[in-house]
Amino acid sequence: MTEAVIIGVGLHPFGRFPGKPALDMGADAVRLALADAGVNWPQIQGGYIGSYEVANPDAIVARLGLTGVPLRGVFNGCATAGTAVALAARSIETGEHDLAIAIGLDKHPRGAFAADPSVAGIPSWYGQTGLFLTTHFFGMKINRYMHDHGISHETLARVAAKNFGNAARNEKAWRRTPLSVAEILASPVLNHPLRQYMYCGPDEGAAALVLCRADQAHKYTGKPVRIRSTALRSRRLGAFEVQSPSFPVGEIVASPTVDASREAYERAGIGPEDVDVAQLQDTDAGSEVIHMAENGLCKDGEQERLIAEGATEIGGRLPVNTDGGLLGNGEPIGASGLRQIHEIVLQLRGTAKDRQIPGTPRVGYTHLYGAPGVSAVTILST
Amino acid sequence: MTTTQKPVAEGLFTWPPDGSAPLRLIGSECVACALVSFPAAQDCVRCASAESKERLLAERGTLWTYTTQNFRPPSPPYDGPEAFEPYAVGYIELPGELLVEARLTEQDPEKLRIGQEMRLTLVPYTVQDDGTEVVTFAFAPAEEETP
Repeated sequence: MTEAVIIGVGLHPFGRFPGKPALDMGADAVRLALADAGVNWPQIQGGYIGSYEVANPDAIVARLGLTGVPLRGVFNGCATAGTAVALAARSIETGEHDLAIAIGLDKHPRGAFAADPSVAGIPSWYGQTGLFLTTHFFGMKINRYMHDHGISHETLARVAAKNFGNAARNEKAWRRTPLSVAEILASPVLNHPLRQYMYCGPDEGAAALVLCRADQAHKYTGKPVRIRSTALRSRRLGAFEVQSPSFPVGEIVASPTVDASREAYERAGIGPEDVDVAQLQDTDAGSEVIHMAENGLCKDGEQERLIAEGATEIGGRLPVNTDGGLLGNGEPIGASGLRQIHEIVLQLRGTAKDRQIPGTPRVGYTHLYGAPGVSAVTILST
Repeated sequence: MTTTQKPVAEGLFTWPPDGSAPLRLIGSECVACALVSFPAAQDCVRCASAESKERLLAERGTLWTYTTQNFRPPSPPYDGPEAFEPYAVGYIELPGELLVEARLTEQDPEKLRIGQEMRLTLVPYTVQDDGTEVVTFAFAPAEEETP
């Protein structure tokens, strides 16, 4: 089977862009990715595009060129971009296309996501009585995790401070003002133990990747980034998951993150010890802590020491969320995971400028997680 | 003057409260594999059987985890009072049955601890324009006596 490689990446800044439609941000990101790859739109043979707010993201063809290209819409909540890149890679691997594109775009209104529980197959009372908030899950999961594994409030604040600090070095990030651990610990609690400056917010942005067959990459770039594996898993019975009015007693079943991560490592023939840089879903600071362990990058509880030592900072031995992550960039759902891959590609090319990690990174890792209990992992390498 | 109360939904908990029929959550049990579900579900998510029977759940359990809600949730779907009072939510492990998510009567996280004993109660969480109190289930620390 042919391998898929990334030859072009494009990112529209994340943040707030009043008056600019999501499709325009998406078209900007696509043009940047095409220019980066040195190809033009009519050469693209197929692709996948994801969005939460735009019901017909494939309408982007009207901005890019009406070439008749098969552009398929995809959606998996916060893991949407994982699906877009996986299917674009699959279209190359199977020989369907030689050049394909993955696109994500979104434009969320301010404030927490508000939806009727029926969209998640949950009765109305769950929303009426104030239980249908994904932030409850994040607060409850990290509260239990801190209790079981000795993670401190300071560690949560250090994660947030790191990601805002990284975002300050990223001209395309949203939250670019560095915040100290003390400032973060002084912000109001939203959902115990999580505070205002420990949460990401929904915002706007777009990203795109151009993929081609590995054996043709030399025509476009000297530094292709290989897609070593993609995996997506949904929750299993017994896992503690977002938007669950109840779940079974007994041994807690692993999160879909653990399942997707194991599958991705196995398919890639790469282990956690090989990862040089990781982008993990940091919906909140606690999520980043938990996801370090769930993705096999450390043992439960080790985060307390690793984060205190600075291991996850740009100069550390396992840099995490070098572009600021979701905390620094916000989360335009359809684009978020492609933003992660964009960052890994820059790091592996050695072109991440102020936030470039030292040495010669070879393996990058990206991870998404969200409602209704779905996770996507993509492993990349030089 | 009496206050009229009504449950937020039918079939969620035993109603009306009555000395002969104590308050319980109404769950279900799969006839084929005995998986307990809440709210009651006809179809089993473990064995895919479409046959279940009603099961009233235990009224006591232990607090598995918790958090607080310190800002007013978006409306809709939330239909609590405009004047927002923070509340806490948690998962209570009902031994041998399931872990159920519920509002807690204690909203101070310093007064809650993982593993503590909890018992089922009802709370009027909002009042309709005609004065009717809408009641939902909640769990209270077991050592705290509530009417």
